Amino acid sequence: MHPVFITIIKRLGLGLVTLFVVSAIIFSSVSLLPGDFGEAVLGQAATEETVAAFREELGLDKPAVQRYFEWAGAILKGDLGTSFSGRSASGVDRSRSVAGMIAPRLKNTLFLAGVTAVIAVPLAIILGLSTALYRNSWYDRSINATTLTTISIPDFFIAYLLILVFASLWKVFPSLSTVDPSMLLGERLSRIALPTITLTLVIVAHMMRMTRAAIIGLLASPYIEMARLKGASRSEIILKHALPNAWAPIATVVAFNLAFLVVGVVVVEVVFVYPGIGQLMVDSVTSRDIPVVQACAMIFAGTYILLNLIADVIGIVTNPRLLHPR
Amino acid sequence: MSIDNTQEDSQQDILLDMRNIRIEGFSDEQWHPIIKGVDLTLKRGQIMGLIGESGAGKSTLGLAAMGFARPGCRFTEGEVNFNGTDLLKLKEVERRKYWGTKIAYVAQSAAAAFNPAQRLIDQTIESANRMQLRPEAQSREDAVDLYKSLHLPDPGTIGERYPHQVSGGQLQRVMTAMAMSARPDLIIFDEPTTALDVTTQVEVLASMREIVEQHNTAAIYITHDLAVVAQMADVIKVLRYGEEVEQAQTRTMLTEPKEAYTRSLWSVRSLEKPEEAGDDIVLSMQDIHAAYGAVPVLQGININLPRGKTVAVVGESGSGKSTAARVITGLLPQSQGEVKFNGEVLPSQLKDRTPEQLRQIQMIYQMADTAMNPRQTVEKIIGRPLELYHNLSGAKKAARIDELLNMIELDESFLDRLPGELSGGQKQRICIARALAANPDVIICDEVTSALDQIVQEGILKLLLRLQQEFGISYLFITHDIATVKAISDEIVVMYQGKVVEQGLKSEILSPPHPEYTELLLSSVPDMDPDWLTNLLDSRVSSD
Repeated sequence: MHPVFITIIKRLGLGLVTLFVVSAIIFSSVSLLPGDFGEAVLGQAATEETVAAFREELGLDKPAVQRYFEWAGAILKGDLGTSFSGRSASGVDRSRSVAGMIAPRLKNTLFLAGVTAVIAVPLAIILGLSTALYRNSWYDRSINATTLTTISIPDFFIAYLLILVFASLWKVFPSLSTVDPSMLLGERLSRIALPTITLTLVIVAHMMRMTRAAIIGLLASPYIEMARLKGASRSEIILKHALPNAWAPIATVVAFNLAFLVVGVVVVEVVFVYPGIGQLMVDSVTSRDIPVVQACAMIFAGTYILLNLIADVIGIVTNPRLLHPR
Repeated sequence: MSIDNTQEDSQQDILLDMRNIRIEGFSDEQWHPIIKGVDLTLKRGQIMGLIGESGAGKSTLGLAAMGFARPGCRFTEGEVNFNGTDLLKLKEVERRKYWGTKIAYVAQSAAAAFNPAQRLIDQTIESANRMQLRPEAQSREDAVDLYKSLHLPDPGTIGERYPHQVSGGQLQRVMTAMAMSARPDLIIFDEPTTALDVTTQVEVLASMREIVEQHNTAAIYITHDLAVVAQMADVIKVLRYGEEVEQAQTRTMLTEPKEAYTRSLWSVRSLEKPEEAGDDIVLSMQDIHAAYGAVPVLQGININLPRGKTVAVVGESGSGKSTAARVITGLLPQSQGEVKFNGEVLPSQLKDRTPEQLRQIQMIYQMADTAMNPRQTVEKIIGRPLELYHNLSGAKKAARIDELLNMIELDESFLDRLPGELSGGQKQRICIARALAANPDVIICDEVTSALDQIVQEGILKLLLRLQQEFGISYLFITHDIATVKAISDEIVVMYQGKVVEQGLKSEILSPPHPEYTELLLSSVPDMDPDWLTNLLDSRVSSD
C-alpha cells in the first residue's frame, strides 16, 4: 500500500481518538452546568418528589460514568438520543428525537456555510495571489487595508450595517433570513444573501492574508530566483513555481475558516434570525436540554477534526517529498 | 589570413561586452557600492573564470552579465552588450526573453535551486517550452539526450523524478542540462561544484566541460577554488572588493600572476607542516559502533590520537566523520565499543561525564555563526567557560580573557562586540578562544575552515598550529579538504561509509600505493595544473 494511505489511515484513527476524548470532555463539562433540566422545566415550586420522578424518567439519577457510556455507546450506533424538552410530568410524551431536531438546522447551516465558502474561498485565494503578485503596490495596500478593516469590525456590526444599507436604504435583500424547506433555491439564496456577505467579509481577510504570506515567504527561495533567471514572468512564478509549494498552509487556513462557518456563526444567525444549528445549541443550553447540547458539540468537534484531516491530506499529496519518498 | 582580418574576426566574435559596470546594494538604510566599474569581454565559445574571496562581487558580476540584479541591488552605470544589444536598456519583459534561452544560469546549490514540487524534466525544458523553440515532445527527447551526454544514470527516466529523489551531484548535472536545453550562447556557472564532495566534483566538472565544448557555448565560471577554475577556464579574471585585480590567460595567470594579491591567493595551498610521529595516545576510539535510530553510521572504527599531534579525519559527506566527533563528545552514545581518554574509559552518555572530563575535550564547529549566541558579547562568550571550569571571576577572569584574546591575535577592543559585528575569520577565532579557555587536552575541529576564504583559512590554520606548539594541544581535525590536511596533520585517518579505510602518518597515507578508495579520493583533488582534469580522465579511462 502507498505510504500516503497508511498516513491517512493513521490520521483518521487519531481523529477518532480525539473525538472520543472530546466526547468525554463535552459530557463532563455539560454535567458541570449549574441546575438541571428537571428544575428548569418544573420551576422552583415543584416538590422534591416530582423532580425526583422526572429525573428518574430522564435517567439523570444514574451515576455519571454509566450515563456517559450509555450515551457514547448509543452514538456509536447512530442514535443521538431523545430531547428532554417536550416531555412533561403530565404524562403525555411529545418529545422529539435529537436527530430529528438537528437535521433541518444542520442542513441550513451547511447551506449557508457552503454558499459562503463557494464565494469566499476562491475570492480569498485570488486576492492573496494577486496581492502577492503586485505586492507593495497601491492595489496590494488597499486590499490589505480593506480586509483588515472588515476583520477588525465585529460581525454583528457588519451585519447591522448591511441591513441598514441593503435592506433599509435600498431594498435589495430581505433583512430576515427565515427559510423553510418549501422555498425554491433562488428564493433561499436571496434570503441568505446578507448573512453570506457578512460571513464572507469576516473570513476572507484571514485566508487572503495567509495565502499572500505563504506565497511571499517562498519568493525568497533560490528556486524562485532560478525560475526568474529561466525567463519566467511574474505570474508564472506565482502560479507555477510558488503556489504548488504553498498549498499546505493555504489548506490549513481554509479548513480553519470553513470550520468557523459551521460552528462559529451563532451571532450572525441571531441577527438575521436564520434557523441554523448555532441557535439551536444556544437555545438548548438555556433550557438545559442536555442531549441536544451534547449532540451539537459532537457535530462541531467532528467538523473541526474532519476539516483539519482534509487539510493535512492536502498538505501531504501536494508535497512530492511525502508523496514520492526516495 | 592577414592580421587585419584576424582583428575583424575577433571583433565580430565578441558575444558579451560589459562596460564600466557599477552595482549598488542596499543595507543598513543606505546604498553601498558592490561592483565598482568592471569591464568584461567574452568571445563566442570562450570560458572565463571569475575568482575572488567572498564579498568580492563574483556572483553579482556573473548575474549582471544577464542584466539581472538581485532584489536589493541596482545598476547605477554601465552597459551589458549581449550580441550587440544593451540588456540594461531593455524593459524587463524584453530582457526576460534572453534569460534561460540565450543566457542560462547554473546555481551553486542545486538542491535549493530546483523547485521541489516539479519533476526534473519539466523544469529542464521550461525555458525552451516557453519560447516555443521546438515542439515539446522534441524538447523532452533532447533533454534525455542531454542527460545521457552528461553521464546521468537512467537518462530515460531520471527526468520523471522529483529533486529530492536524486543525489546532489546528479542534480548539479541535471541543472547543467536545464541550462543547455535551449542551447544558449552563454552559461553562467555560479560555484556549481562548491557544495559537492571532491570525488563527485570531478565527474561533474568533466561532464560540464565536455558539454560546453561540444556545443561551443561561452561560459562564465565563478568559483573561489583556483584549482577548479584552472581546469575550466580559458581566461581568468581576479576580483577583489568589487574591482578587477587582473585578467590573463589561464596558464599565464597560474605561472606568473602580476599582482601581489593574486600571488597571495596562489600561495595559500603551499602551507605544509612537517609531520611528527607520537606514541603517547591521549584519546582512542576502540571498535566504535553507532547509529542514528536504526541506521548504522559507524561500523567498528578505531582511531588513535597521539598527544600534542594532529590527526586529520578525511572522507566524503556521509562517511561518518562528524558522527565520530559526536561519539567522542558524548552527544551520540555509541552502541558498542569504548572511547578512552588518557587510558580511562569515558562514559558514553554526556550526562554521566564529570565536569573535568567535559573540560578536557572541547569542540570547534564549521559554522562559527551558529555556534555562538548572537546576543552575547565576546567577553561573555569567552568568559563563560572560565567561570564554569575554573571558577574565575572579576579581575582574574578579565585578565585571562585578555590573555586569550592575545593568543588568537585579537585585542581588548573586541570585548564588547557581538558575533554579528565580526568577520567570518574573527568569529572562528573567538570560537577557538572559547575552546582554549577550558585549557583542554584535545580539541575536535569539525570542518572549521570549510566556510572560510582561502586567505582567512591560512590564518586560522597557522593559529591552530602555533597554539599546538605552545600548549601541546591535540587536534582531531575533521575535513574533506586535502589541502587543509596537508597543511595541518601529522597523521591521517581515511573514512568511507562508516569504516576506517586506513590510519597512518601523513607521508604514508599520501604516498602510493593506496587502497582503492584513498586512491580515488586523493586523485580527485584538483591540482593547479590546467591539464590535471584531462590527464586524470585519460588515466582513469586507460585503467578501466
